[in-house]
Amino acid sequence: MSLFVPNRNRGKLIVVEGIDGSGKSTQISLLSHWLRSQGYAVAFSEWNSSPLVRQTTRRGKKKEMFTPTTFSLIHATDFADRMESYILPLVKSGAIVCADRYAYTAFARDVARGVSRRWVRNLYRFAMHPSLAFYFRVPLDVALGRILGGRDALKYYEAGMDLGLARDVEESFRIFQGRILDEYEAMADEMGFHIIDATQSIEEQQRRMRDIVMKVLGDRLSNGVLHLPPGGDFSAQPTTPPVL
Amino acid sequence: MRNRQPLQFYSEPLPGVDISDFQGKLIVLEGPDAVGRSTQIALLRRWLEREGHAVLDTGMARSALAGKGIKMAKEGNTLGPITMTLFYTTDFADRLENEIIPALRAGFVVLIDRYIFSIMARAIARGEHRRWIEQVAGFALVPHIVLYLRAEVEPLVSRVVLGRGVFDYWESGMDLRFGPDKYESFVRYQARLIKALDSMVEPYDFQVIDASQPIPKIFRDLQRRIVRLPLSRMRPPRTAAKAEA
Repeated sequence: MSLFVPNRNRGKLIVVEGIDGSGKSTQISLLSHWLRSQGYAVAFSEWNSSPLVRQTTRRGKKKEMFTPTTFSLIHATDFADRMESYILPLVKSGAIVCADRYAYTAFARDVARGVSRRWVRNLYRFAMHPSLAFYFRVPLDVALGRILGGRDALKYYEAGMDLGLARDVEESFRIFQGRILDEYEAMADEMGFHIIDATQSIEEQQRRMRDIVMKVLGDRLSNGVLHLPPGGDFSAQPTTPPVL
Repeated sequence: MRNRQPLQFYSEPLPGVDISDFQGKLIVLEGPDAVGRSTQIALLRRWLEREGHAVLDTGMARSALAGKGIKMAKEGNTLGPITMTLFYTTDFADRLENEIIPALRAGFVVLIDRYIFSIMARAIARGEHRRWIEQVAGFALVPHIVLYLRAEVEPLVSRVVLGRGVFDYWESGMDLRFGPDKYESFVRYQARLIKALDSMVEPYDFQVIDASQPIPKIFRDLQRRIVRLPLSRMRPPRTAAKAEA
């Protein structure tokens, strides 16, 4: 049985994965701008951004109401809404959808929280199979340095504080991210990730990504994907639109 | 799926949840919309409390976590079938872990108005894969008894029209428009729901109760089936009342 639903549509789905601080968001943002500048119809979808579900997630986090199971389920609900009302219709129409985090994030993070591997993989069976999945490989210490250096305080679930791994937030975050990293590494081959060395310069990583996009999708991009006529103007929604 | 013991997980243990040493009883009422479940739940609750039992009753979209979010999502017009299934499963999981399991541990009789079976039936009626949703909901506990109030579509229609006087958007499956108007969509959608629930009777050990009977008769039928359960660990009603006096 295949993991996801095959994509038989004109459009493409490109996703990036990696632990916090791997630099994947920067890279997918650069890639989507580049694809747009090439005239392609590009849309963007971020993890945890469904306008329908966001408030429930926020409430659960604020009041620390989540268990590993409900944490996993609410993120799957958020993902389902983005899949059903945003990603799927756009890919069907011939757009390139770029996703910052995908089902693999749940496979890594929820399993690191103690949820069964088999159960969470079944949970996301409705997801569309990505055309390309990039994994930003980075040593734990490098990622931690980037996160702990330049950001606000770590949040409760982000640091895995619900698991009682350590009293200290930073220590908990370190252990939790280490577990997530192990999960990513364990599935990298099986999932067919295109691995990017995330310790390289931003430019070098971006060059690698573009090479892979052209190599893997090249012909199919010029053939079927929605493309702007020369000289036209493109004004797509940059990300999941709010509910009207 | 035969020989499953009550209060075991169906297929997937909840991480971090200990289910040994439960004292309570888990009683589930299932059935399509407008079949009269909430009337019976109210009667059962009063009866069980008079008998001296501590009773918790709970039903769909009542969780502290997701209840409000589901209601808001249903007011819009963008809730897709998979999203709805998972939102309700989140709601169920929150109630299971935070209300139902603690109550079972404390020896309550837990009365549930719709369990995972309604979530599953709605997903199946909307064309989702049965295996998928069965596995997703596999962390549910096997109830002591599942009482399925069964009715044909026609009496449900009269109940809706005579009662509320209007067809509800979601109860009519209007998100997928099974017919040109709410009446026709209601009829087709509810028929699909009933078919899906019927298909669970055997694998999930439902006890089928004919919901076309008068309310008091259904109630007596439910009582008869519930008293057959070994409710021995609960306080005997009379002595409990005496002790308080």
